[in-house]
Amino acid sequence: MAAVTFYIFALSALAGGLLTVIARNPVHSVLWLILCFLSSAGLFVLLGAEFVAMLLIIVYVGAVAVLFLFVVMMLDVDFAALKAEMARYVPVAGLIGIVLLMQLSLAYGAWEFSEGIDQRLGNPMPPLDEAHNTQALGLILYDRYFLVFQLSGLILLVAMVGAIVLTLRHRQDIKRQNVLAQMYRDPAKAMELKDVKPGQGL
Amino acid sequence: MTAADLAIILPEIVLALFAMGAMLAAVYTSKDAMAAALTYGTATVFLIMAFYIAVTGDGTRVGFGGMFIDDAFARFAKVAILLSAAAVLVIGVEAMEKSDLLRFEYPVLITLSVIGMMMMVSAGDLIALYMGLELQSLALYVIASLRRDSVRSTEAGLKYFILGALSSGLLLYGASLVYGYTGTTLFSGIIETAAGGEMALGLLFGLVFVMAGLAFKVSAAPFHMWTPDVYEGAPTPITALLATAPKVAAMALFARVVHDAFGGAVGDWQQIVAVLAVASMFLGAIAAIGQTDIKRLMAYSSISHMGFALIGLAAGTAQGVEAMLIYMAIYVTMNIGTFAFIMTMEKDRRHVTEISALSSFASREPAKALAILVLMFSLAGVPPLVGFFGKYAVLLAAVDAGMVWLAIAGVIASVIGAYYYLRIVYLMYFGDDREGLDGQMGTAAYIGLVGCAALMLLGVINLFGLEAPAAAAAEVLLR
Amino acid sequence: METILLFAPLVGALICGFGWRMIGEQAACVTATGMLFLSAFLSWIVFLGFDGETYTHSLFRWIESGTFFTDWAIRIDRLTAIMLIVITTVSALVHLYSFGYMAHDENFREGESYRPRFFAYLSFFTFTMLMLVTADNLLQLFFGWEGVGVASYLLIGFYYRKPTAGAAAMKAFIVNRVGDFGFLLGIFALFWMADSIQFDVILSMGPELMETTFPFLGYEVNAANTIAMLLFIGAMGKSAQLLLHTWLPDAMEGPTPVSALIHAATMVTAGVFLVCRMSPIMEYAPLATNFIVIIGAVTAFFAATVGLVQNDIKRVIAYSTCSQLGYMFVAAGVGVYSVAMFHLFTHAFFKAMLFLGAGSVIHAMHHEQDMRNYGGLRKKIPYTFWAMMIGTFAITGVGLPTTYFGFAGFFSKDAVVESAFAFGGDLGQFAFWALIVAAVFTSFYSWRLIFLTFFGEARGDRKTHDHAHESPWVMLAPLGVLALGAVFSGVIWYNSFFGKTDQVATFFGVEYADTHAGDGEGGDHGEAASTEGDSHGSEHHYVFTSPPGEGAIHAAPGNDVLNEAHYVPLWVKFSPFIAMILGFLTALWFYILNPAMPGILAAQQRPLYLFLLNKWYFDEIYDAVIVRPATRLGRLLWKGGDGRVIDGGINGLAMGIIPFFTRLAGRAQSGYIFTYAFAMVLGIVVLVTWVTLASGG
Repeated sequence: MAAVTFYIFALSALAGGLLTVIARNPVHSVLWLILCFLSSAGLFVLLGAEFVAMLLIIVYVGAVAVLFLFVVMMLDVDFAALKAEMARYVPVAGLIGIVLLMQLSLAYGAWEFSEGIDQRLGNPMPPLDEAHNTQALGLILYDRYFLVFQLSGLILLVAMVGAIVLTLRHRQDIKRQNVLAQMYRDPAKAMELKDVKPGQGL
Repeated sequence: MTAADLAIILPEIVLALFAMGAMLAAVYTSKDAMAAALTYGTATVFLIMAFYIAVTGDGTRVGFGGMFIDDAFARFAKVAILLSAAAVLVIGVEAMEKSDLLRFEYPVLITLSVIGMMMMVSAGDLIALYMGLELQSLALYVIASLRRDSVRSTEAGLKYFILGALSSGLLLYGASLVYGYTGTTLFSGIIETAAGGEMALGLLFGLVFVMAGLAFKVSAAPFHMWTPDVYEGAPTPITALLATAPKVAAMALFARVVHDAFGGAVGDWQQIVAVLAVASMFLGAIAAIGQTDIKRLMAYSSISHMGFALIGLAAGTAQGVEAMLIYMAIYVTMNIGTFAFIMTMEKDRRHVTEISALSSFASREPAKALAILVLMFSLAGVPPLVGFFGKYAVLLAAVDAGMVWLAIAGVIASVIGAYYYLRIVYLMYFGDDREGLDGQMGTAAYIGLVGCAALMLLGVINLFGLEAPAAAAAEVLLR
Repeated sequence: METILLFAPLVGALICGFGWRMIGEQAACVTATGMLFLSAFLSWIVFLGFDGETYTHSLFRWIESGTFFTDWAIRIDRLTAIMLIVITTVSALVHLYSFGYMAHDENFREGESYRPRFFAYLSFFTFTMLMLVTADNLLQLFFGWEGVGVASYLLIGFYYRKPTAGAAAMKAFIVNRVGDFGFLLGIFALFWMADSIQFDVILSMGPELMETTFPFLGYEVNAANTIAMLLFIGAMGKSAQLLLHTWLPDAMEGPTPVSALIHAATMVTAGVFLVCRMSPIMEYAPLATNFIVIIGAVTAFFAATVGLVQNDIKRVIAYSTCSQLGYMFVAAGVGVYSVAMFHLFTHAFFKAMLFLGAGSVIHAMHHEQDMRNYGGLRKKIPYTFWAMMIGTFAITGVGLPTTYFGFAGFFSKDAVVESAFAFGGDLGQFAFWALIVAAVFTSFYSWRLIFLTFFGEARGDRKTHDHAHESPWVMLAPLGVLALGAVFSGVIWYNSFFGKTDQVATFFGVEYADTHAGDGEGGDHGEAASTEGDSHGSEHHYVFTSPPGEGAIHAAPGNDVLNEAHYVPLWVKFSPFIAMILGFLTALWFYILNPAMPGILAAQQRPLYLFLLNKWYFDEIYDAVIVRPATRLGRLLWKGGDGRVIDGGINGLAMGIIPFFTRLAGRAQSGYIFTYAFAMVLGIVVLVTWVTLASGG
């Protein structure tokens, strides 16, 4: 049963990934991507990593994918033209992909684990009755991987700062709406009536 | 995690706190108005940290369960990174101000990037490696596209980002292969499995992918393609940064990975590094010939130089690592000097980067032209300038390691490469006399230019004692 | 004192050459000349106060490498002392003379400063020549040897605007290279054999070297002979002996004072000096010394024949120099080094004088050098005339045989001729007759020069003749001093150089012994001694007994030529005198009594005349055999090898292939992200394939 489920999820994840790339309509691409995320979440559930699976659905499907949808819809990118350009390289790229795939299959076909891998394997999952998933994850993140966890924090900080730096700009040459200024506008001060005599000009 | 761990990582903590504090301070006060002061302050903090690391560092300390390594090698690289970043910051202030790019986030992002670099060179774990790499890269992606009103800068940042993401993907894929084979991400664990005997194909593939990711960071051919476009598009002071500190960090990380994690299988990666080295040297030398933009030229120049540094790595010996470290230190110095000049290339109050603008520069500014001449000769590796000794060291390491063909290739590539350095000199001294550069040079940039040129001359005496710490660093890496 | 003597010319050269802008042109020249006179003065003190004992001052250690070491040292022995006075005296006089001769020179533009340069070169030359003669090792000697070569090059090409002068300078330098190559090989061979190039060591190695052989060019050769030959090849170049003589006549392109100093009195005699210096080795190299005799005799004869028909006044004297150097080598070759030095000594005076006199004539005639345009100058330039007469008396050897009346050349030349005869054997006979014939020719061309120049009708440009004037005193005074030397240097030092063996031995600081007192020397000599026994049996018979390396010169056991030369038959003693008279009378007949005679003779014997006029076609043969093939080879290597292969290859690479790759790389840099990504993927595929193959195979 578990095996069947695994293959279903795995196949749908692969198919989702592939169709994301080759779908003609960008909105469809995003939808395929969501399928890919969902399938992956299913795989995580199969592995017993419910927390990660839920994170995937909440963050990636709920936030990232939706953001993608907005981007795709709001930006007028001619994906068709881009793809046409890329299509010229498909034969070569396909060939190379096949070569790479064959080589990787060579490695996977004769895959072996190093001696004594069991001693080295870092983080065996504690039994569910000792610590539930989230707790176990937290223990690892805040203890063993404290350093890299903090570093990810810094990376996110950089991402945030970067996003602001690159997008928040006070341009001088454009008009902006100043709501308060509009509201406090006094018609009497804003207008001045002049009596222009014919032939004299201002 | 203990207090001891935190003590090991103290410089990084200080820098991170400084970055965050500086950002808060700037946001809540005068914002960009204090950017210049902040930049100088950042440079000062870098210098203090470099001094602190150089003076207090002793022996080898491992923290965070082996994820963070503080040894002579890391310290050498960190000092080089901090000093070069500080120099670039100080030199670049004026140019950034002129192009209206001096924002307070600039020093903050650079500080964060430098933290990433320091994490890289101290990484003892694939995850720590990746985190350091991403922290470093992400900050650089941002500042590379800092000039938002320029299409080129934006494009450069985007290209850098996307290709960087691809390389990260390659690296992560390789890391996952390695983890899949060994069951650990710690270098100390990987080396146990890779020591001696045949390397399993899976591990080998993992190594190749990791090296491809690292090769992207050092811009070694054929993973170099982003370099010219990004160098050209990014604001020049940022190009100067890209060409210096991150290169040291990436090269040190490269050495760290191949020796600390795969030191038992030198024969397996030696060939790959050698191929990367030869490809980079020749591509850098040949492609640079056709360039008309000095920043693109410097990009190819750095590709070629990375090839030479990789020769030292390809030797697979302590001597090779020592030569590589010396080479990188010299390379960084030369590039700081050269970029100090490029930043200030101006014509009609506009920053120009065309090589042809240098025509007959020597007749107008003999002192500066002489300094550039020295730097160009040093870059080309003309004895008796310091640049020659760097090349000599790596070639000697290759010969001593029995890779004579690599050394010969290096010599040929350096001959080809000499052409475009000398072309600049030729243009300056014998070019047509016409309207050329007319900008003034700030004090900091002038000191940077002339100082680096002087170092190229004076360093021939004993390379400023660089050899002893480099040897110590190399020794500890191969222990 | 020796140090001051040695370095005064160098100081003069430096001050004059580099400091003349500060102290002025005249002051610079005066400084250089003053330094030279100081040096000359000290030289005479050294010479006159010298007691024959060799001594060495080491100045500093020059080179030290393994077992090889060289000092910079001053070695004074009799040979050096003689050379010192010759060099410094002639040089000082030439400096003085140059004030007049170089006062105005049409080869330089108005206002150009050339005199300090000239004086600096002269002083520099003197310094290097002194280095050469005071060397205590072969390397220092070689330094001086090359130094004089450089100075000679600079001075021959002094008129650098004249293409012929430049060519002559190059010719002199290049021809000397041939000799120097041999010289260097000789030094190397000596170092190889003796593990030293110090004279102290190598000069005592003579007998040992004679017993040694070493492989050379595939043959097992005798060390002494080979080394002596190689060294002599060097001497041949410097001293313009046959086969390597061609540069000397061309060297006359230089200013005349240069010809007097370098190409008559000093530098060209360096070869003779070298052979004498190396006498302890030469003595044990019979093949080499025989070769020296042959070359010397042939050169003496050859140069004299060519001198007969030359029209350029300086070339006549140049060939005469060449010829006289042949005499010296004959003397050295037969083993009487003292006589070689004697002739060198006297020759320096009268030849320098002839040159300076010729310079005076040329000066008077506004740089006209062709004797056919002279004539009747006796009255116009009387002092010069008399100086030239004295010089001619000296070179032709005017004097009464068996007495002590005669000019300098008389004593020394007769000594050479008698030594050659005394050497005996076929070789001795050959050398003797060659020298006698050469003496006839010498007398003829010397008098021809005098008659053409000073007697008869004025020929050539009338205006020039009208303006002919006597030279200023600065030019005449040196002539006067040299005249003293040309007259008296022979008679004063006759006994020292060519007296009885004991006198000569004392002079040169060599031990000697009376063999009649002891039981005689080796059997070789027995026969000669018995035949001569009758005439001088009752007298003491001295021989040199110093071991090789001690004393200034050396004579091997069995070398008794010096002694026997005094007991040659009377006709031998008179033969140079007769030759001199014969030459004089012929010249008188040809150029005074019957001036049409030379033209008729030249027309009758046209091939012979042309043969002589063209100097036996040596230049043409060299040109055809060596110069042109070498040029062709050079052109082939230049155009074909360097131009086409190397330049073509490099240019093809630099301008064809690399730009091609550059364009390729430029095209790959398309600017599209996917191209870049593609390249990265391609790269990783290649790497992965590589490692798969590497690990799989």
